[in-house]
Amino acid sequence: MEHLSTVVATATEAIDAAEDIRALEDIRVRYLGKKGEVTALLKGLGKLPAQERPAAGEVINQARQQIEASLEAKRAELEASAMAARLAAQKVDVTLPGRRESSGGLHPITQTLRRIEQCFANIGYDIAEGPEIEDDYHNFEALNIPAHHPARAMHDTFYFDARHVLRTHTSPVQIRTMEHQAPPVRLVCSGRVYRNDSDLTHSPMFHQVEGLFVDENVSFADLKGTIEAFLKAFFEREQLDVRFRPSYFPFTEPSAEVDIQCVNCGGNGCRVCSHTGWLEVMGCGMVHPNVFAHVGIDSQRYSGFAFGMGVERLAMLRYGVNDLRLFFDNDLRFLRQFQ
Amino acid sequence: MKVSEQWLRQWVDVAQDVQAIADQITMAGLEVDAIESVSAAFSGVVVAQVNEVAQHPDADRLRVCQLDDGSGHLQQVVCGAANVAAGQRVALARPGAILPGDFAIKEAKLRGVASHGMICAESELGLVEEKSPGIWVLPEDAPVGEDIRQWLGLDDHSIDVDLTPNRGDCLSVMGLARELGVLNRLEVKVPEMTPVAAQMDERFEVRLDNGDACPRYSARVVRDIDVSTPSPLWLTEHLRRCGLRSIDIVVDITNYVMLELGQPMHAFDLDRLQGHIEVRNARAGETLTLLDGQNVQLEDNTLLIADAHGPLAIAGVMGGERSGVNSETRHVLLESAFFAPLAVAGRARQYGLHTDASHRFERGVDPTLQVRALERATKLLVELAGGTPGPVIEQTDSRALPDTCQVTLSAARVSRILGMTLADDEISDILSRLGMTLTPQEKGVWHVGIPAWRFDVRLEEDLVEELARVHGYNRLPVRYPQANLAPRRDDGTKVSLDVIRQQLVAGGYQEAITYSFVSGELQQALNPAVVTPTLANPISSDMSVMRSSLWAGLSRALVHNLNRQQQRVRLFETGLVFNGDIDTLTQKPMLGGMICGTRDPEGWTARKEKVDFFDIKGDVERLLALGGVESEWRFEAGEHDALHPGQCARILRGDQCVGWVGALHPAVREKLGIKPEVYVFELELASLQQGRLAAFSPLSRHPEVRRDLALLVEEALPVQSLLDTIHEQAGDALTDLRLFDVYQGAGVEEGRKSLALGLTWQHPSRTLTDAEINQTIDNIVAVSSERFGALLRN
Repeated sequence: MEHLSTVVATATEAIDAAEDIRALEDIRVRYLGKKGEVTALLKGLGKLPAQERPAAGEVINQARQQIEASLEAKRAELEASAMAARLAAQKVDVTLPGRRESSGGLHPITQTLRRIEQCFANIGYDIAEGPEIEDDYHNFEALNIPAHHPARAMHDTFYFDARHVLRTHTSPVQIRTMEHQAPPVRLVCSGRVYRNDSDLTHSPMFHQVEGLFVDENVSFADLKGTIEAFLKAFFEREQLDVRFRPSYFPFTEPSAEVDIQCVNCGGNGCRVCSHTGWLEVMGCGMVHPNVFAHVGIDSQRYSGFAFGMGVERLAMLRYGVNDLRLFFDNDLRFLRQFQ
Repeated sequence: MKVSEQWLRQWVDVAQDVQAIADQITMAGLEVDAIESVSAAFSGVVVAQVNEVAQHPDADRLRVCQLDDGSGHLQQVVCGAANVAAGQRVALARPGAILPGDFAIKEAKLRGVASHGMICAESELGLVEEKSPGIWVLPEDAPVGEDIRQWLGLDDHSIDVDLTPNRGDCLSVMGLARELGVLNRLEVKVPEMTPVAAQMDERFEVRLDNGDACPRYSARVVRDIDVSTPSPLWLTEHLRRCGLRSIDIVVDITNYVMLELGQPMHAFDLDRLQGHIEVRNARAGETLTLLDGQNVQLEDNTLLIADAHGPLAIAGVMGGERSGVNSETRHVLLESAFFAPLAVAGRARQYGLHTDASHRFERGVDPTLQVRALERATKLLVELAGGTPGPVIEQTDSRALPDTCQVTLSAARVSRILGMTLADDEISDILSRLGMTLTPQEKGVWHVGIPAWRFDVRLEEDLVEELARVHGYNRLPVRYPQANLAPRRDDGTKVSLDVIRQQLVAGGYQEAITYSFVSGELQQALNPAVVTPTLANPISSDMSVMRSSLWAGLSRALVHNLNRQQQRVRLFETGLVFNGDIDTLTQKPMLGGMICGTRDPEGWTARKEKVDFFDIKGDVERLLALGGVESEWRFEAGEHDALHPGQCARILRGDQCVGWVGALHPAVREKLGIKPEVYVFELELASLQQGRLAAFSPLSRHPEVRRDLALLVEEALPVQSLLDTIHEQAGDALTDLRLFDVYQGAGVEEGRKSLALGLTWQHPSRTLTDAEINQTIDNIVAVSSERFGALLRN
């Protein structure tokens, strides 16, 4: 059995020296394969006397196990280093930029408009839409602005002919909705509106969001609560002074303009608020009985409030944009700031 | 309107400062736009008398004046004005005075002669805008030695009130004073206005031919006035501080009365009137040359003041040249009339005019005010310019005078609208202060008489607003609406616009918002066959035609960005497009997109080739997939005036063409000034948003089979027709059909292309056999060969 220890020693030496998995496999075949040296020794056991066989077998098996263990250890070692090498080869510079489409973005007006709509949709207002080329009836008449009413002069209307205009406000959508929907009505409508006026602070096309709430027992107090809460939500302020100023819209009575404490200077007075500390942000009021009469709603039973606001103005205040015209130039350097 | 603070204070004795007054009326609904000092800042200027004027020894254009400034010694001042003369009272800026613009007056020597100050022109004191031709000559009674600011009351403000159209009653000092009186519980002090007794009998015949339009016309002859009398300084200053210029003594007086009481007036040159005055509508063919020199063709809806000869004035708007007061006028007929708001409304605009008179009549002038105003103006005229007044002539059509209006008000309605109860006492207090009369009915109900000047109060709601306004909007309660909230039905098959937008944003598109009106030229370039409505009064011809395609605005936005070194541009927009003339009009919401530049944003891994048709088509396909019904959509080659004929597809849903995708036509690009190739799409949103509710089908437990197939077909064959045939022949178990290669070149005959297709089958309930798949493939090849001459490629 001296031979056996030599075999084990040689095998162990060879295993240690093996440089890869294949060399290791060759070694396994040479010693442990069908024709391997250790296998041959086992096969030779039959020639030994029966009483010697168990002891001799055990010795050979121990040697075999010893070689197997060495092989296994070496294999694990080689695999680990192969893995390490492969991983090393696959290393990348993780600081290189990723492969992607650059993202686009929504127009700041869309973002503002959606934000306003969501404020109201979240508490159960429907979202309505309407045409932009309107007839005189829906844009004026039904809103209690008869022909030659001085309020028409406030509107700088774009005309197509005597009966058709580009809508000057989103209020016609109120009429169109109430014409076919009985109270309760809770809706916001938004979209493009048009006035024939173009200068630093006026664009011939701009956006409005309009709200309408009609039900039994709706009061001016409900209007005040709704508007105040909305403005605080929109400008994300716990504290925001809001004031209601009597005003005049033909389609509401009583009517109010709503001012908020200047969000730029906190009410101390600055360029944005013309040093008044207040910013005019929207108009509102209780739906005028003549408007209800036009759409066949009984104003003794129902009452309602309506409000409307300019989206560009709110977007300018929220984002600090200082030039109205930027919204319609569609300059990518501008638009990308709102991604 | 602009009003002088001091004038207002003469009517109502308010303790607060001007800012507080402005805040108070703003919060009562009369918004103050601006408060301006009535003069620029200056100091150290006094009234002085020119005692002596001598020629300057060394300068032709200079004079050496000796002035008495009340200090006890004469002041020597060198003056360059041609109009300086001994005996005048003038404004003297003494050394140490500061004139507007921080201009300090110092002792000086002019060509060797000492000058102790400067004699000022009106413009040098900032009292008029245009440069005065000479020094300001003060009235003879100007008190020598008194500070000019003191003497003229220049520490005054013009309060500019931006009145809403319902508050015509506040277009006067009296109206605003009334409002301030209500808010501060103060008496309004009406200046004494005693009637002027007639000093002769002369009348002038007045006929009211349209009593509905003019229910009251009062007039008065005043003879022998001196129109050359300069308007006194107090008068011109009152006018100036309210934003009006001085014209002549007669016009200044009528304007003064208009500002004071709110009654627009007119003065005719009596000598140029013929026969009588008639108030009637214009007749066909009549024309009138207005005071501003404009000659207008009158329409028969227009109320006129006429005489026996013809039109004299457009009632309530503007007088005519023929009968106007001028420097030769000696006798006048003063007019003070009430024109019904509806008779005047819109007339001024119809003739492109807007006057102080039309502004007031359109909004409603107190119908009881006419004679009072006439008396006021007569008194001022006689006092200032002399003259002999005749009796007041008054014609009234009492049928048409506005009714004294009664509105029933209930306290219950007040609390329903305001959400709070106002005490009966407060209700009657506020309304009484507003000049209303209350006749109590049952408890908590009143008949409220509305004063003649409040044309805007006709309904119970109007009274509620008055109560709320005077009580204070900000003292009204705040609460949230109560509502019965039922969950809303929601159509689950609809793809929301938000999802569509987000998909595009994820694909690198930036949303644009462009004008809905475009230039006719651009519209013509993109859609020459489509008519859309044209604005009658556009801002400019660039914005005159309603867009028929979103590409119009997007291409403008693209050009804007290309001109600013942006090379890769991807834009989309949603909005209405218009089609048809105004009577056949459709307004459809659309989604449009436009891309140009490289396929990927620049980067170390980026594909650097330019986008092509299949990039934008892929973007469109991803949108179509959002609804889950991609199979309902088809693309087919089409022709569109704006698109490249070889790269243009109609997008169909079922049989309906609902969109286009393609390359912008090179000729169109040239017209728009776009160099790089541009790809565009446009889709009807309604169609795009209509999806389906997802439906489950059980997962098959049987293996799927995939076969790849290469077919050679004519180069020109639209692949879609082959794909349709394969779908038709491949049986219901086909779960996927994929075109994974299109090849032309070596190994493929010229004029043909090789299409590599991957077909996948999976049967829901059994394993498919090789034999049946082979049979299916054979059928596909056979039918394709028969229909399209397709050959199996080996």
